Amino acid sequence: MSALIAAPVLLPAFAATISLLFRRRRRWIGAGVSIGATALLLGITVLLMIEASEGGVAAYALGAWPAPFGIVLVLDRLAAMMLVLTSALALAVSVHATLTSLDRRGWHFHPLFQFQLLGLNGAFLTGDLFNLFVFFEVLLIASYGLLLHGQGARRLTAGVQYVIVNLVGSTLFLIALGLLYGVTGTLNMADMAVRAASLPAGDHGLFRAGGMLLTAVFALKAALLPLHLWLPRAYAGAAPAVAALFAIMTKVGAYAIIRTGPLIFAGAAGRYMVPAALGTMILGFVGFLAARHLRSTAAFGLIGSTAILLTAVALFEQSAMAGALYYLPHTTIAAALLFLITDLVIRWRGMEGDAIVATPGYPGRQLLAGLFLAGGVALAGLPPLSGFIGKLLILQASLSSSWWRAIWAVILGTSLVAVIALARAGSTLFWKSDVTPPPPARRSAPNLAEAAPAGFLLAMLVLLTAGAGPVTAYMEAASRQIFDVAGYVRAVLPPPAGAGA
Amino acid sequence: MSMEFLVATAIGALTAGGIYLCLRARTFPVVLGLAMLSYAINLFLFAMGRLVVGRPAIYEKGATGYTDPLPQALVLTAIVISFGMTALALVLALRTFLETGTDQVDGRPDPDLLDRENRT
Repeated sequence: MSALIAAPVLLPAFAATISLLFRRRRRWIGAGVSIGATALLLGITVLLMIEASEGGVAAYALGAWPAPFGIVLVLDRLAAMMLVLTSALALAVSVHATLTSLDRRGWHFHPLFQFQLLGLNGAFLTGDLFNLFVFFEVLLIASYGLLLHGQGARRLTAGVQYVIVNLVGSTLFLIALGLLYGVTGTLNMADMAVRAASLPAGDHGLFRAGGMLLTAVFALKAALLPLHLWLPRAYAGAAPAVAALFAIMTKVGAYAIIRTGPLIFAGAAGRYMVPAALGTMILGFVGFLAARHLRSTAAFGLIGSTAILLTAVALFEQSAMAGALYYLPHTTIAAALLFLITDLVIRWRGMEGDAIVATPGYPGRQLLAGLFLAGGVALAGLPPLSGFIGKLLILQASLSSSWWRAIWAVILGTSLVAVIALARAGSTLFWKSDVTPPPPARRSAPNLAEAAPAGFLLAMLVLLTAGAGPVTAYMEAASRQIFDVAGYVRAVLPPPAGAGA
Repeated sequence: MSMEFLVATAIGALTAGGIYLCLRARTFPVVLGLAMLSYAINLFLFAMGRLVVGRPAIYEKGATGYTDPLPQALVLTAIVISFGMTALALVLALRTFLETGTDQVDGRPDPDLLDRENRT
């Protein structure tokens, strides 16, 4: 059973290679392989989640090399949850991309998509910091290709900036790794956690510097305040379906902070992260209000809601972390849903692109309006959907923090701003009817099946709400596991005493 | 002592040059800057295994001490990745220049080119 842990990394690698073979002819086979593999991946990850929720932390040593020397894949509740989230999101996006024939607008959509999944899954599973760097690079290289997919001048400009920012980020990542390795002499996360506890006093400064630098790199990926500037243009420049997949990319940064913060650095970065996250939240939702295109709305919504998540993470405290973990899948799915709706608006409306302006009616508008309402309610965190529960959990848990006044004020204030912005965008897009221009000739009925992936994401949000009881129980257990450093170390390093010494 | 000083100076100089070039407005200096930064990082990673002279990295008969082989493996990986990334960034920069007619990183029209067009 434990070899199954490697499957989420291996399966996309094979699927990518196979779908690469069908480049020109019979492209539907490539698409079929990709979608089939993603569906299979979803099955496997659900199986892994069931396994993780029953047992403790499971480690799989690649090539059977014992832990501090070889590379381990580690499966715990957090990693399993991220895997399920990734594969469910990927399934929706790949079906959407195939239905809307986005995958035919350029070369290699499906191979790149699978390599992206490979990088994501690897980053969630690995127990080794340098390996984490390698998987980050894998997912970034694939994301460069996906971001540029379909091309166009605006996308290229956005792509250049995205690539440069991430290359600088990778450079910083390596500096941090070098520092940490120089001080502790290991790259295995569990081993580093052990050795960090027994560092000589003279090395504490260097170790802290390395840890802060590493956290800064992850904050760059998660688009935290001073490091968020790359995101809106890159995501607004990408094809909306690709941006929907990228909703998980900011969560990779958040995941890495959640993983390394309590384990290795004892939450030292929290002091700086809380104000940064609050600032990001304000900025994200102000941008939300100012956005004039639906895709910018979605991009700023992603920044803002990721910031809510990071606020709760930055407290580095068990119950806040449980709230954050509940909010994490919600924000990912809600942002992705908004990106998919954006794509549908662009396709079905047939004019004005995704600009938030009134247009004459078009078929399928009611369905879109309903989807947008649900997506908006989810992103703003209004009662019927899971965002409300997530925010409530975070607010409740933050009461014990010294920051609680600021956190309450900012989260509640930005929620109001989000509701106003979404209501304005929605009423302009779907209620106002611009009758002045003559109704255009092209009015073929849209393919309503294109809305199925968005409906799937919405169903997941509903599931997350309806199953809030079991889900929060799972997340609380996951949070306990995150803070149980000794348990993690015991599971990863071989049992004989002194392995880490 | 002198070797440490030399390596540290090299890393510092490369990093300084890399940061300066990365902040330039045009894509080509930025790509060069990224390359210089990656050289600096490779040296830095290498130095993190401590600088020793004339010691084997893997088993050798009669060796009195060993140098740390892990940073060398890390540097190798980092070199491969940064090489690929630099190539990608170059192609992307070139493609953007051909498509948009400007090599400014922010995608705005080139002020020099505009001046020249106004003069003619």
